[in-house]
Amino acid sequence: MGYTPELKNLIKIVEKTRPERVERKKRGEEMPALSLAEREERLRKYHPDFIEGNRREITLGPSKGYAISKEIVDLLEAKSRYEPDDINLSEVDYETDVLIIGGGGAGTAAALLAQEHGAKVLIVTKLRHGDANTMMAEGGIQAADKGDKDSPYYHYLDVMGGGHFVNDPELVKTLVTEAPKVLEWFDRLGMMFDKLPDGRFYSLHGGGTCRKRMHAAGDISGAEIMRTLRDEARNRKKDITVLEFSPAVDLILNEHGHCAGALLYNLETKEYHTVKAKAVIIATGGSGRLHIQNSMTTNHYGATGDGLIMGYRAGVKLCFLHTVQYHPTGAIFPEQAEGLLITEKVRGAGANVVNIDGEQFVYEREPRDVESASFIRECTDVGKGIPVSGGKWGVWLDSPMIDMLSGPGTVEKELPGKLILFKRYGIDISKEPMLVYPTLHYQNGGLEYDSKGETCVPGLFVAGEVGGGVHGENRLMGNSLLDINVFGRIAGVSAAVYAGEKAKEGKLTLDHIRDYNKEVDKVGVGPAKVAPMLLPDYSNPEVRKRQITACYEGTLR
Amino acid sequence: MSDAGEKSRIEGGEAPLVPIYIMGSKHDVPDTLTIQKALEYAGYQLIRGCGCRGGICGACGTVYRFPDSPKIEVGLACQTVVQPNMYITQIPFFPANKTAYDIDEVKPAGEEVIKLYPELLKCMGCNTCTKSCPMDIEVMEYISAAIRGDIARAAELSFSCVMCGLCASRCPAELCQYNIAILCRRLYGKHIVPRAQHTIDKVKKIEEGYFDKALKELMETDRKGLEKLYTDRENEPEMADEYWEPSDKTYL
Repeated sequence: MGYTPELKNLIKIVEKTRPERVERKKRGEEMPALSLAEREERLRKYHPDFIEGNRREITLGPSKGYAISKEIVDLLEAKSRYEPDDINLSEVDYETDVLIIGGGGAGTAAALLAQEHGAKVLIVTKLRHGDANTMMAEGGIQAADKGDKDSPYYHYLDVMGGGHFVNDPELVKTLVTEAPKVLEWFDRLGMMFDKLPDGRFYSLHGGGTCRKRMHAAGDISGAEIMRTLRDEARNRKKDITVLEFSPAVDLILNEHGHCAGALLYNLETKEYHTVKAKAVIIATGGSGRLHIQNSMTTNHYGATGDGLIMGYRAGVKLCFLHTVQYHPTGAIFPEQAEGLLITEKVRGAGANVVNIDGEQFVYEREPRDVESASFIRECTDVGKGIPVSGGKWGVWLDSPMIDMLSGPGTVEKELPGKLILFKRYGIDISKEPMLVYPTLHYQNGGLEYDSKGETCVPGLFVAGEVGGGVHGENRLMGNSLLDINVFGRIAGVSAAVYAGEKAKEGKLTLDHIRDYNKEVDKVGVGPAKVAPMLLPDYSNPEVRKRQITACYEGTLR
Repeated sequence: MSDAGEKSRIEGGEAPLVPIYIMGSKHDVPDTLTIQKALEYAGYQLIRGCGCRGGICGACGTVYRFPDSPKIEVGLACQTVVQPNMYITQIPFFPANKTAYDIDEVKPAGEEVIKLYPELLKCMGCNTCTKSCPMDIEVMEYISAAIRGDIARAAELSFSCVMCGLCASRCPAELCQYNIAILCRRLYGKHIVPRAQHTIDKVKKIEEGYFDKALKELMETDRKGLEKLYTDRENEPEMADEYWEPSDKTYL
């Protein structure tokens, strides 16, 4: 295990240029960052979003005509998994004040706040409570909470610049002004974020930030947030119930056109169950497991964009889905770790990115889309990528610089998760660099919602990655953990207040699904046939050929 | 709609096949696969025992051993590469004891932790928990620290815990180590580490509306104006220390 002899030889070149690069770093000499015009050009030429034939127009529904990744359109042009006529809505299996679809960070934050505002909460989730992209986030969470050098003003500018200045200003303002409140909340919940002895949060830079405002819990920031929020939800089990392995497959409306529940599919018993609720929050996260453009992904097993489908069928428009985020540093070696997220914190802590000649070729803290496009350029047109097995390419992420810059043991302290993970594959990242390549990471856009978490459907709220607008066309690192907490908390409060004051009783209906299915028939059922997908298809084709009596509905057996 | 990379690995490419035994049944799988991908290669569709596929969610705790070996081995299925003749079973769920508590009320002291988890005192120091941890955590050490009332040490030692539950599944004293660990971490974070005063101050300033005017101006600035403000904004140097201050403090 470990690097092949060929790669070990190439590492010697990186080692040769390393001392000088460390000295440059110490002197504060950086590669110049690209200007806005240069960024634009680089994206157009090299970012996967701009590859011809990647996008296609949606042919039905509220955002008809909008061109987005064809893998998502395929699912939007698919029918419900079930026949609406087979569902008996007069029999309600679960009843609650607030129904939350998704048991990740946004859903759980929403549950806690909804409970604090007097609501009984039901969380329904596809896998286990906490099996979500939140758990996998590594680098940290942004908040402009240091009075002597930072403020929401600068955070706002960074978010807009990263998102190409097209973000929804109101959502951005909410994100940056709520950020310090989230960190203050974390402190009260007892999360173990990195601190100085006096209690001051330790903070680092991230790509596209002008101030060091990345707060981290080692390199498992998301896990620390997720496991703590989940623990707190379990402390409140009197009011917060969790149904696992029971993903929602569609929203239920009522005769007034308000959202009034959801239909669940039990992945184990294969039963459908109905939930009646006074308010519903969609917090289903992203869609990396759709493997857009066949890209490998950093996302968890259940990230199949279900919330987009459900919300869209209920009438919510889509926005900012025309761009998809590729994380610059997904592992490309060893094969077993392929697609594994390597936190941006590695670059934030001082590691260079270098090519086969050991040369830096890009400023390490460009926004993610620009950084990714630059890696792709180096491996294609420039031709200085490092060849990896299977015809793939990568660039070096020179992690050993971190100990040289900040003292021995820093990698172990700052990146404990990655250190142990690579050790299993015979690679010591405090001494050897990592091989990385851009990897499908984040759904920049999604369902339209406002700064109260509301959508155009009364009683339907949105929180987290499933929503679009706050990050514009490209999210900065550390703003996703922030997004799920800020808008999770807001949606929780809004939904609880709505459930208590505005919700209107009415007859339940799936007519919107009947209508949608008819529309699908009209435009022609796409290749996905049924949606939401629920789980990706990793079946072995050879095995599948022999499963002659097995029945697959979409990707599920 | 399926992943080319994922697929090529499922198909196995040119990797040599090795025999593994999934719950006793023999399957020949490419030797480059992780246990998780080997299960899929063999024909299983995973619902339980699969979460992040990246080694952090704790869904895929797995136990295995080799014929004639006295040793029980553990790993996360998504992180462990198959080896010839391994006998595998996943432990996707194991019943656990979790006590509800009010984090504001519980004090960071050993007796308080023992009150919530009295079984702690049954620990006989056998170290099976430590040997069962796929994250190489010194589980028994943090349990001892918790019993001693050294909450800080229990918190720090258990920080990398993914709560997969393998420790609890093998504990002869029937402890649920990982739930005790998160209690200790939260007590440490909440009651032992000093609060971040700068964050409290900033929240107060925001709530008083201190930044409202500046933000409103920004929201009304057109794209050209924003681009200029963005390009001209002052950057904190990479290697600046914690107490760096910008020269322009207008918007702080």
